[in-house]
Amino acid sequence: MYELNVAAAVEKLNDVIAFLEEIMEKHDVPMKVCLQMQVAVEEIFVNIAHYSYPSGAGSVRIEADIPEDGGSITIRFIDQGVPYDPLQKKDPDITLSADDRPIGGLGIFMVKKSMNDVTYEYKDNSNILTIRKCF
Amino acid sequence: MTINKKKDGGSLVIALEGRLDTTTSPELEKVIKEETEDVNDIRFDMEGLEYISSAGLRVLLAAQKLMNKKGGMVITGCNDDILEIFDMTGFTDILTIE
Repeated sequence: MYELNVAAAVEKLNDVIAFLEEIMEKHDVPMKVCLQMQVAVEEIFVNIAHYSYPSGAGSVRIEADIPEDGGSITIRFIDQGVPYDPLQKKDPDITLSADDRPIGGLGIFMVKKSMNDVTYEYKDNSNILTIRKCF
Repeated sequence: MTINKKKDGGSLVIALEGRLDTTTSPELEKVIKEETEDVNDIRFDMEGLEYISSAGLRVLLAAQKLMNKKGGMVITGCNDDILEIFDMTGFTDILTIE
């Protein structure tokens, strides 16, 4: 298992992506899955950076796990910010015309669509969001 | 990300290279805001674009809404991964992709 403790700040996005890319490269994760993971991790990390700590600075622990024989990658985000389950958010209506579509709201939707599993729990004063992708 | 822009009369071509993500999308938003006043069509050349997240989609949707009022907008040169993201989010139906 790999882990990264990082400030919950958008400026840290490049560090988070670099951490993820290094792990995926080491385990020969297919290119397409790498891109889907990067998008999912960006969306979740940025969400935490924007909303988790409204009163100031905080941090996130990111854990990554790939089994010895490959086949899947699991990433877990743990923060001590305000309790918030992003999976409760209503999916956007993607059939609307450009003029009728609101700007935004696509991040978590893309995570849900591209991952095999996405789970949320609130435990020990922590938001724990886990995503898993099989390959 | 690198943004190359070329204006010819009322036509603006914006070529994107690299990653259109949370960090870089504000740069594109700024270019669109600054360059579109007297423009009636935009062509985005995405041949060099490797990656797009929802932050990039926001900017493209805002540009499409703006250009629906002013004229037109076309997107060219997307790779398969980016096309897949456009498909997943319904953007294939609202953007003009060549």
